[in-house]
Amino acid sequence: MGDSREAKRVAARLQARSLELPYVGEVPLNLDLSRRDMLKIAGYGSLAAFLAACGSTSTTGGSITATGGNMSLGSYGSDPGSKAGVKAIVDAFTAANGGTKVKLNTVDHGTFQNQITSYLQGTPEDVFTWFSGHRMRFFADKGLATPIDDVWNAVKSNYTAGFEASIKGNDGHAYAVPTDYYPWAVFYRKDVWAAKNYTVPTNWDDFKKLCEQMKKDGLTPIAFADKDGWPAQGTFDILNLRMNGYDFHVNLLTGANGQKWTDPKVAQVFKKWSEITPYYSPGFKGLTWEQGADQLLRKQAGMYLLGLFVSDEFKASGKQADVDQLDFFAFPDVGSQYDAEKALDAPIDVYMVTKKSPTLSNDLGQAKAFMEFMAKGSTQVLYWKNAPGSIPTANDADTSQYPALTKKAVDIVSKAQKITQYFDRDSRPDYSGPNGMQGFLLRFLSNPTSDTTSLQKDMQSFWDSLPPE
Amino acid sequence: MANTTTNAAPARARQPEAGAVAIPARRRRYTLLTRHDKILLALMVGIPLTLDVILIWGPTLASILLSFTNWDGVGDITSKNFVGLKNYQFMFTGYTLFWPAFTHNLIWLLWLTLIATPLGMLFAVLLDREIRGTRVYQSVFYLPVVLSLVVVGLIWELQYTPTDGFINNALGLVKSGHIIDWLGDSRINLYAILGAASWRHIGYIMILYLAGLKSVDPSLREAARVDGATEVQTFFNVVFPVMAPINVVIVVVTAIEALRAFDIAFIINQGKNGLELLSILITNNSLSEASLVGFGSAIAVILLLISMVPIVIFLTRVMRNA
Repeated sequence: MGDSREAKRVAARLQARSLELPYVGEVPLNLDLSRRDMLKIAGYGSLAAFLAACGSTSTTGGSITATGGNMSLGSYGSDPGSKAGVKAIVDAFTAANGGTKVKLNTVDHGTFQNQITSYLQGTPEDVFTWFSGHRMRFFADKGLATPIDDVWNAVKSNYTAGFEASIKGNDGHAYAVPTDYYPWAVFYRKDVWAAKNYTVPTNWDDFKKLCEQMKKDGLTPIAFADKDGWPAQGTFDILNLRMNGYDFHVNLLTGANGQKWTDPKVAQVFKKWSEITPYYSPGFKGLTWEQGADQLLRKQAGMYLLGLFVSDEFKASGKQADVDQLDFFAFPDVGSQYDAEKALDAPIDVYMVTKKSPTLSNDLGQAKAFMEFMAKGSTQVLYWKNAPGSIPTANDADTSQYPALTKKAVDIVSKAQKITQYFDRDSRPDYSGPNGMQGFLLRFLSNPTSDTTSLQKDMQSFWDSLPPE
Repeated sequence: MANTTTNAAPARARQPEAGAVAIPARRRRYTLLTRHDKILLALMVGIPLTLDVILIWGPTLASILLSFTNWDGVGDITSKNFVGLKNYQFMFTGYTLFWPAFTHNLIWLLWLTLIATPLGMLFAVLLDREIRGTRVYQSVFYLPVVLSLVVVGLIWELQYTPTDGFINNALGLVKSGHIIDWLGDSRINLYAILGAASWRHIGYIMILYLAGLKSVDPSLREAARVDGATEVQTFFNVVFPVMAPINVVIVVVTAIEALRAFDIAFIINQGKNGLELLSILITNNSLSEASLVGFGSAIAVILLLISMVPIVIFLTRVMRNA
C-alpha cells in the first residue's frame, strides 16, 4: 500500500517534468531521480517494475486494468495441491503484469468458509476465492462484492453460456470469474473391476445387483464417509435430481414456488436411498471423505460416489499406478422421466472482487487485471497441474495434456443437460450446515428404513424458522 | 461430596447484603482520604470497571438485544430485524437440536460430577499418602491438562476412528468385522468423548485437590488418629470439612467445565449427530457461514442464564468468606 502511494508520488513528480514514461525498454538517462527514489526503485526489484508501477497510474487511461503496483488475494486453497497452484498463478501474474506485487493470504478452507461473512465486512483482501451459485449471489445481494461486468465483457468469449449463468448475480451483473469445476460421479478402480469381471451398471437394478455381488466378493460395495456431514448431500442431490428432476430440486433447495420439504417426492428419495445404505462402509458416520477414498484406494471398497477431487487423494498416495487405475461412471438411471436430463453436481469455483477492501480503491485496476488473467486457459491449466481434481473452465484451456480421467470428466459434464452446484452451494448456507441439512441427513442415515414423515416435518419447520434472505 | 457444600449455601446466602451498606454521604467531610487518595481510588476502580463494562457487560447486553432480532450479520440492524420472542419460541418448540444439546450438557455435568471429579479427588487423596513414585504419578495424570482440549480432541479422534483407530484395532474388532463406530454412533459418541474429556479433567481436579490437601494442618489428622478414627473416617469427618473452600472451587470448576464444553465435540464433527452442545449451537448459528446471529444470540442468552447459577453460588461463597 505504502509502496504504491510512494510510487504514485514519484510518478506525479516525474510527470511534472513532462517526461514520457517508457513502459519497457530504453530508459532515459536524465531522469534526475533523488537518492530516495533510487532506493524506492531498488525496493521494486527492478527499474522496469518501478516504471511499470508508475505507468499504472498515468498511462492506462481508459483501460479497466492496470499493471505493476500491488494487489492482495485471500485464498481458501489451503491444502498442498491448491496452495501450490495458487502460488504458481500468482507468480505467473506478477511476471505477466509488469511486476504487480500480490499479497497472498491463505486461510484454512473450512475457517475461510465459516468466517466469510465477517471477512467480507471487515478488511478483506482485494480479490477472494469463492463458490458460484446461491452462495455467490448471496454476497452479491448483500453488496459485499464488486460487480465486474467490464472484466466479464472482456473475457466472456472464452466461456460457454452455462458458465456465464453461474456468475451472474440476481441483479444481472457479473460478479465472478469461474476458474475450475469438477463433476460428481461414481468412482471405481479399473483393476479391481477387471479382476472380478464387473461391468458398469446403467440402471438402478443393475447397480443394486452389482452391490450384492461385491458384498459376496468380500468388498464394501459403496464407500461412504459422512463424519463431516456434507458428503451425504451429494447422494441426496443425485437421487433427487434423477427421480424428481432439476426444476423440483432447485425449487426445493431455494424454497421457491412454495416447494416444501414435506413433499411426498422427498420421502420417495429417502426410500430409494435406503435401498443402498446396507451396502455402505461400516461405521461411515465416523469416517472422513479421505478415509472413504482410502478404502477405494486400498481395494477394500468397490465404488465411491464423490467429486473428482477424490483423485487428489489417489495422487497423494504417491503412486502413479494407483492414479491410473481410477475411473468413474455417471450415476445409473433410476427409471424416471428425468433420467434423460443426465443432471449432476458439478460445482464451479470462482474468484471474486471484494467491496470493502481498504486497498481496493488503489488496486482496482490490478485486481481487474488479475481477474482477466484468471479467465485465461493457460492460467487455469497452471492450477490444474497442481490440483488435478479441478478442471479448467476457459474455452482456450489446452485440453491436449489432459489424462483420460479428466477428458472423461469434461465429457460427462458436457453431456449433462442440467448442472447443479452441490447442495451447500445451491441452498442457503444457514440451511445446509451442521445445524440443518447435514444434521437431518445424519438423522436419516441412523435409521434409513424408518418412516421419514417426522424428519421431513422438522426439516420444513427449520426452513420456516430461518429469517428472510 | 458436593452435597455438603451446596446444602450449606442457601442458609447463609443472605449475608452479602449486609456488606453492601454504603458509606453515608453526610459523613463525607470527615473523610480520611486525601485528594490524591481519591484520584488513585477512582483510577483503581475506574479502569477495571471501564474494561469490565466494555469487554463483558457491553457484549452481554448486545447479545441479549441481538437475541430479539433476526439479524444475519450483514449491514445495519433496522427495526425490521426485530422479531420479538420468535427466536426463543422456535428454540424451545421447533428447533430439534436445542433439547438434545441441553441434555448433552446436563449429561456432561453429571458425568464430570459423579465420575471424573470424584476420581480426580480419589487420585489426589492416594497421592497425598506419599506412596512411592508419587511424583511420577502426578506428572502422568497431570500431563493431559497441559494440552489444549483441541489437541486432546485430535489425539482421541485417532484412537476412536472406526477402521484406522487404535481402539477398534486393539480390540480386534476391525479384523472380525464388528466395528464399533465410537464417533459416528449417536448412542455412544457422547460417552466416547466424555472419556476423552475426563482424561484431562481428572488430572486438573487432582492437582487442585492435592494442593488443598497439602495445606491441611497435619495435627488434625494426628488428633483423629489418636482418637482412633480410621483413614476413611478421618477423611470424611475431619479432612473433608476442613477443605470446604477447595470443595467449592472444585464444584464450580466442574460446573464451568461442563458448561463450556465445546472443543472436543467441535473437533470431532462440529457437534452434530449426537454431539450437540449449547456452546456449539451458538457457534454453528452465529459464527459459521450460516450467520444466524440473532438466533445464535438467543441460545447464548439461555446459556448465560444457566451459567449464572454456579457463578452466583461461587460469588456468594467468596463474598461471605471475605
